[in-house]
Amino acid sequence: MSGNPVQLFSVFSVFIALLFISGLYCLLVTRNMIRAIIGLELLIKAVSLLMIVAGHVSGKSALTEAFVITIIVVEVVVTAVAGGIALRVFRHNGNLDTGDLTKLRG
Amino acid sequence: MKINIILLISMTAAAMWTVMGRSLLKATIGLAVTSAVITILMFRLNSPLAAVFELSVCTGLITVVFVSTISLTKPLTHKEIVELSRDRLKRFWFLPVILGIVGAGLIVTITRPGFSVPIHAAAAALKGAREVLWNLRQLDMFAQVIILIAGALGVVILFEEKRRDEW
Repeated sequence: MSGNPVQLFSVFSVFIALLFISGLYCLLVTRNMIRAIIGLELLIKAVSLLMIVAGHVSGKSALTEAFVITIIVVEVVVTAVAGGIALRVFRHNGNLDTGDLTKLRG
Repeated sequence: MKINIILLISMTAAAMWTVMGRSLLKATIGLAVTSAVITILMFRLNSPLAAVFELSVCTGLITVVFVSTISLTKPLTHKEIVELSRDRLKRFWFLPVILGIVGAGLIVTITRPGFSVPIHAAAAALKGAREVLWNLRQLDMFAQVIILIAGALGVVILFEEKRRDEW
């Protein structure tokens, strides 16, 4: 893919920022646990794509690829465990509303 | 560059659909579409190994995890959906506005004359991603194995709990 690296990085940065804001907004506004996990996923995807673009522009694609693979492994485990927690919350409360999670006791 | 911009716009649209969509299943499908578009972008940015991981794990496995979780929870009644839709509209209509303002601001910034990004000169070409993973980042690999085992144990405990509940 040819093109000016500065231009490439700038254009990608704009859209990655929009993706990040979408995820952050979802995480902040929603009260559904599954949707919160989806917001977290969007945040992770934005960071992964930013790393790939940075690696491509700086000529260190292999290194950033290795980092992104690590991020993806962590992402899938976080999602699986968070899904499990959501299920436990559903069985306990009968819904997935984070507003109802007010009875945490040590 | 045009193809990249089209893909980036598709990615943002899919992400917005994911966040603003009413149904959780549709949101999950939107997330999978976002992942698929990111996969194409990764391929185009010379990162095929990361792209394959993104496609198989994020588009495939994570979607399956979400659909399984959603199917194990109780679906909402029609009345609840209507009430939630009104509430969601109030809370989520800000998103397109915020994205529009931030996007316009960033586009103005990057198209301003004299704008530059501090990009270092291309480093000496590193070896392939496989060699980086196995030779330079062994600790990462070790950590990945531990994290995967922890995740697997978490899922096992989840199923064990379900069986206990059924008794």
